Amino acid sequence: MIRVVLPAHLKALAGVGREVELDVPGAATQRTVIDALEGRYPMLRGTIRDPVTQVRRPFVRFFACEDDLSHESPDSPLPEAVVTGTEPFFVIGAMAGG
Amino acid sequence: MSGVRVLVGTRKGAFILKSDGLRKSWDVSGPFFGGWEMYHVKGSKVDTDRIYASQSTGWFGQLIQRSDDGGATWNPVGNQFQYEGVPGTHQWYDGTPHPWEFARVWHLEPSLTDPDTVLAGVEDAALFRTTDGGQSWAELAGLRENGTGPFWQPGAGGMCLHTIVVSPNDPNRITVAISAAGVFRTDDGGVTWNPKNEGLVSGEIPDPDAFVGHCVHRIALHPSNPDVLYMQKHWDVMRSTDAGDNWVEVSGNLPSDFGFAIDVHAHEPETIYVVPITSDSEHFPPEGKLRVYRSRTGGDEWEPLTKGLPQSNCYVDVLRDAMAVDSLDSCGVYFGTTGGQVYASADSGDSWEPIVRDLPAVLSVEVQTLA
Repeated sequence: MIRVVLPAHLKALAGVGREVELDVPGAATQRTVIDALEGRYPMLRGTIRDPVTQVRRPFVRFFACEDDLSHESPDSPLPEAVVTGTEPFFVIGAMAGG
Repeated sequence: MSGVRVLVGTRKGAFILKSDGLRKSWDVSGPFFGGWEMYHVKGSKVDTDRIYASQSTGWFGQLIQRSDDGGATWNPVGNQFQYEGVPGTHQWYDGTPHPWEFARVWHLEPSLTDPDTVLAGVEDAALFRTTDGGQSWAELAGLRENGTGPFWQPGAGGMCLHTIVVSPNDPNRITVAISAAGVFRTDDGGVTWNPKNEGLVSGEIPDPDAFVGHCVHRIALHPSNPDVLYMQKHWDVMRSTDAGDNWVEVSGNLPSDFGFAIDVHAHEPETIYVVPITSDSEHFPPEGKLRVYRSRTGGDEWEPLTKGLPQSNCYVDVLRDAMAVDSLDSCGVYFGTTGGQVYASADSGDSWEPIVRDLPAVLSVEVQTLA
């Protein structure tokens, strides 16, 4: 079970609490986790990744285990602690503005 | 009892202001979608419970929200706006080619006959249509591909298609305005388009009367006479009597002919309203006086409407989609400001009162007249 923490606006949009738990079939990667998230909460489609290109939005970041994974390949395996549910996978609205 | 519902889009959420036909006492609800930029919120004329809203942020992109109960509850619908084919390039600010990139929906124009059909004007400029209540959107690509697209250039706010005017007599005749490309019209439901900028003169472009490149801010019409169009351009207030084929300036005695908003009285096709703004760099009213100007002659002769509006130290702006009229017997006129005020007049502009004073910066104001 993968734990995903969403930013406030996306929690409100999806109508969920701080954290959601997802069954992710196959290898856990950024792509498969976001696919599973969008599958469960279709209203989030297009908010984390561009709906056409599937590229991460510039002001969205992916953190886990105190690392910024945003620039990793979307198909790279996520850290083992995320895969086992020990640590959550954070979707973050990047700091922008003054 | 009759009443009105004022739909307000702001920089940080949407608000709904409701009143009965007297328009004295108001119920304010919101913010809906707090923290999101609400570029436009507009209801269907054939089903007033159906409302569409454009919701976006720089972080999480574009959503379209739909309400089927007059704004009490909302549900996100489709948000995939994909240009047809390979969209090519337009001009960037420095004149170099720049690929078309979707940024946001500026304007939603529900059909006059079908609540499930809506046109959407987007940045980078293009026109999309849904016929299934917003679930899916398809580009009317003939506009972007009319041959002039590579010459379009963004205005300061981005290269946006912000105005959509559908003729009430002929749904196949659609007029749109793009900053900074100008006016385009289709007479075949969106398949083919032609520039309609004859008579526009813009000192900010190399050829002041070029066939495209004009920064048109908004166009309005009266449904009883849809061949007469009124335009607030970057500078100049313009009028066309032939559906945009030719334009003539009607700025007349306005204290400034720069501005964004323009609208037409619900029952008097020659009565129009603008809010003069000082200049393209001074986006506030001349002399710090917030004045709506009304012409009862279709332009040229204008009178200031000031009763109830601040006449000193007022430095707000009124954006292009932030003015609307209701269709009650005594026509109501409404506008919102970047200072967060929404003003209402229940007497065609003779006097004004603020409905609210402290909203986030107002991006759009629309009105539904309720039976």
